[in-house]
Amino acid sequence: MPTIRVYDREGKLHELDAPVGWSVMEVIREAGLPIEAACGGCCACATCHVYVDPSWLGRLEPPHADETLMLDEAFQVQDNSRLSCQIKVTPELDGLTVTLAPEF
Amino acid sequence: MNGETISTDLVIIGAGPVGLFAVFEAGLLGLRCHLVDTLDKIGGQCAELYPDKPIYDIPAVPRCTGQELIDRLLEQIRPFEPAFHLREQAERLERAENGKWRVTTSAGTVFEAPAVAIAAGAGSFVPRRLPLPEAERFEGRSLFYAVRRSEAFHGHRIVVAGGGDSALDWVLALQPHAASIALVHRRDEFRAAPKSVERMRRLAAEGALRLIIGQIAGLEGRDGELEAVRIRTQDGREERLDCDRLLAFYGLKMELGPIANWGLALDKGQIKVDTEAFETNLPGVFAIGDICTYPGKLKLILSGFHEAALMCQKAFRYCRPNERLVFRYTTSSTDLQKKLGVI
Ligand SMILES: Cc1cc2nc3c(=O)[nH]c(=O)nc-3n(C[C@H](O)[C@H](O)[C@H](O)COP(=O)(O)OP(=O)(O)OC[C@H]3O[C@@H](n4cnc5c(N)ncnc54)[C@H](O)[C@@H]3O)c2cc1C
Ligand code: FES
Repeated sequence: MPTIRVYDREGKLHELDAPVGWSVMEVIREAGLPIEAACGGCCACATCHVYVDPSWLGRLEPPHADETLMLDEAFQVQDNSRLSCQIKVTPELDGLTVTLAPEF
Repeated sequence: MNGETISTDLVIIGAGPVGLFAVFEAGLLGLRCHLVDTLDKIGGQCAELYPDKPIYDIPAVPRCTGQELIDRLLEQIRPFEPAFHLREQAERLERAENGKWRVTTSAGTVFEAPAVAIAAGAGSFVPRRLPLPEAERFEGRSLFYAVRRSEAFHGHRIVVAGGGDSALDWVLALQPHAASIALVHRRDEFRAAPKSVERMRRLAAEGALRLIIGQIAGLEGRDGELEAVRIRTQDGREERLDCDRLLAFYGLKMELGPIANWGLALDKGQIKVDTEAFETNLPGVFAIGDICTYPGKLKLILSGFHEAALMCQKAFRYCRPNERLVFRYTTSSTDLQKKLGVI
């Protein structure tokens, strides 16, 4: 099973088992890390905001227009900002590294 | 504000799908309902968060959108003439001297009823706050998340942050009356109505407003009075912009709000109930839908509908202590069909 590496807001690293087909948000939420994900993954809330390690950016499917629009409602958005509910786990993403964005 | 007390059978806090279906179940038992919601529209999460997204797991409705579900519920409860009190937040819940429950809203409306159903979902929709540590010092004095009286902004040096309709509408409405006005948004594309975007761009081209592509990075000022905002622009620079009013529109979020102070037994921000009647630790106060929790709870609309039906059976006993309740089907009961207005 792929592993996803998640830095929490204190900078602590968590290596999480990531079932293929789940979203990165689901992996983070089911591991009990503090991610609000208020809309349950419908791209309707922007509370699953993460920063993707720059070395991984090019290997992800680019965001859909919906996601870019929703990111407008997030805060401290950077070039490597993504909504984690919109990233699907695939075998190729083994080792994907993300950081939880500030709570909001 | 209006000073008058509204007496009814059941006060429902929250006009989401579950609150709406509670009107139906209560109506079949002959109970009258008043609903309160902080939103300016009926329908809770379905109408606010996903009006156009399809739902596939409503029994016997293979597919409908969030808004269609709400429209159908409204049609179904119409015979029971529920009264809606929108843009009002239920702020207080207490026992009145006469033993009934008294609910007071932010607009000063007062209800008294033998039973209260809290169908508040994940809480009230409230504006998202600016997540900067210094924001709190300015909130309500020079930093606002909504406009109550637009005159309060006249003559000021205003910065508006956001890229949706609220941000654009207020930039356009306040521009003629402001000493200066700037719009700050993180990218040069806007979610707002194309007409408003066009007008905003025209004003920016004429120099009547400043459009800055960037994000608010810090606030400066003293004693709650803003003097400037710091903006991180797209190329990573920081710019300081003098202003004395900031209006920030970052969408809505849900917050439990005043319900936390009502003496209800809570578990992680949800209200604990029994699964026989979905009653809370306060007799006569029920909690249904996403707001309630019990072993095995699933936050699904269909679970909320079931909770509403069972809850009304017990609510009936508080409202009509001297009457007996007989179990009947809508298919065969002429009494129920009369209530529904179909015969
Ligand atoms: C994007 C998305 C997709 C979903 N898809 C599905 C699906 O396919 N199937 C499914 O079954 N469920 C789905 N859900 C979940 C479903 O929407 C919720 O279970 C449902 O809305 C809960 O209804 P409710 O009436 O309990 O609460 P809500 O819909 O949350 O409504 C609660 C209302 O109470 C109001 N309120 C709260 N506190 C106060 C107060 N103090 N005073 C006044 N008003 C107050 C709020 O403003 C709100 O309008 C989805 C949710 C989302 C976000
Ligand atoms: S969980 Fe709401 S946008 Fe991702």
